[in-house]
Amino acid sequence: MKYFKNLVKPYVVWSFVIILVPIFMIFLYSITNSGNSLINIQFTLDNFAKFADPLYVGVFVKSLELGVITVGVCLVLGYVMAYLISKCKERTQGFLILLVTIPMWINMIIRIYAWKSIFEPLGLMYTDFAVMVGQICEFLPFMIIPIHTSLSKMDKSLVEASYDLGANPVQTFFKITFKLSIPGVLNGIIMVFLLSISTFMIPRILGGGDYMLVGNLIENQFISVGDWNFGSAVSLVLAVIMLFSIRWMKKIDKADN
Amino acid sequence: MNTSMKPLIELKNITKTFDDQQILKGVSLNIYEKEFLTLLGPSGCGKTTTLRIIAGFDEADDGDLLFDGIEISKLPPYKREVNTVFQKYALFPHLNVFDNIAFGLNIKKTEKSVVQQEVEKMLRLVGLSGFENRDVTSLSGGQQQRVAIARALINKPKVLLLDEPLGALDAKLRKEMQFELKKIQQEVGITFIYVTHDQEEALSMSDTVVVMNDGYIQQIGSPTDVYNEPENRFVAQFIGESNIIEGKMIRDCLVFFDDFEFECVDKGFKDNEEIDVVLRPEDIDIVEPQCAKLQGVVSSIVFKGVHYEILVETKYRNYLIHTTDYHEVGRAVGLTFGPEDIHVMWKSF
Repeated sequence: MKYFKNLVKPYVVWSFVIILVPIFMIFLYSITNSGNSLINIQFTLDNFAKFADPLYVGVFVKSLELGVITVGVCLVLGYVMAYLISKCKERTQGFLILLVTIPMWINMIIRIYAWKSIFEPLGLMYTDFAVMVGQICEFLPFMIIPIHTSLSKMDKSLVEASYDLGANPVQTFFKITFKLSIPGVLNGIIMVFLLSISTFMIPRILGGGDYMLVGNLIENQFISVGDWNFGSAVSLVLAVIMLFSIRWMKKIDKADN
Repeated sequence: MNTSMKPLIELKNITKTFDDQQILKGVSLNIYEKEFLTLLGPSGCGKTTTLRIIAGFDEADDGDLLFDGIEISKLPPYKREVNTVFQKYALFPHLNVFDNIAFGLNIKKTEKSVVQQEVEKMLRLVGLSGFENRDVTSLSGGQQQRVAIARALINKPKVLLLDEPLGALDAKLRKEMQFELKKIQQEVGITFIYVTHDQEEALSMSDTVVVMNDGYIQQIGSPTDVYNEPENRFVAQFIGESNIIEGKMIRDCLVFFDDFEFECVDKGFKDNEEIDVVLRPEDIDIVEPQCAKLQGVVSSIVFKGVHYEILVETKYRNYLIHTTDYHEVGRAVGLTFGPEDIHVMWKSF
């Protein structure tokens, strides 16, 4: 094992360079106001104070709202699909999961433009609906796969044991199958939620230039406005929200067991 | 078992095919109240499938399954008055010991205080009092086994089905649990249908042993019957060790094999019918060569703890003998056995 321990070292260095350093930079940007220059640094909390503006609060609320709806729809659709897939024969399961992941082989922007060409003739472009459908289709696989994993590795004899003890199929589903798939469900929820509140391509293309979610706000600050300090502050707030939502989910998971 | 009683479960000519492979080729069996019945056979013989059909997890292709005189083939498992102890226990990992055992009662919406009482009673029965709040995944194999038994018995089934329940336990624990299962069965006074491939387990616990092979029932009988009077070559070989010798029945009580005639106690065969003779290794005595019809030379001797396992080479075959006396390799010996030690069987297939 000692030999293998050494193999971890490059990874540690690498993660330090590409994860911790950038996070520290973002943190530094968010509490200074000197723009891109690192020579005369002035510390300030003004960047966070900007959030008092109802415009920005509105962007956050809208993003969270959309995230929650996306998660909800993905959960229902994803669970049903994962459940049906897990009922198939093993070989069929592998094939169906492959089908679920195939769209991910195609570039995301191409897939979003495909939606555009569907929505445009229907007059649905630049609506909440278009953005939502885009998000749901984009992120559904991330819900299906973890749920399917937890369902398919479940011991089938547990379901038989439940029948044996007098529980009918509906009771068995809620008392055994669903309960045991909760870790997969929570993983799916976290993944889809994180993806959907940080996305910026989908709202930009399907929601139009004025459609503003947190992802777009950050993108604008960095690319169009050039206010890296405020952009960093927004990123940091978003990261904190994500962190808390993950913690909260894990707590639900623990409380349930 | 008293066969004049009405059977509790009747299997009539049950067949079952999985993926073009016929697992059960016509199984008929009566199971009575308070009986400890064991389905014994090698893996793939159909014993577990038979159990699963009784439990309702699999449906027979053909044949009847009667419970208390009523056809139940189409009844889903959750409506049957049987409970199962699964091979790998199948305890619910998200529930603690108490909730696992209480599962069946909670499904029936039993009052909380009654559930509490019943669970405590069951825990006492299986010797796990005080384990209510333990996590089932933290229990040892033997303890999980006990929880599985308690979880099944709390529903007061008329029949408890056990699918190789001791398979995952170590040898010493198996012995203990065998004894305990038998005790529990007598205490609760219900029918146990027990599936195993371990002949020693089957012989030591059962009232009735059903020997199965290749989708057929080979023999149904008490443990002493199937051991002492195997009906065919398969049963004789599967249960215990034996010398099986091809021979001929001269007439009632006189059998011919290996160039000699021997007196025996078997009757009802045709004169001069080709038959198989079973001689259990512990029934053969080694004597001086001049005192016996069969003569041979000791070709190997292995110490087995309680006894020696000796192979004696004779003119036609090697005889396996279990004895507590030591005989050195190369020594000329004679083999004797009494008329009651010879068991004559129909020639199989």
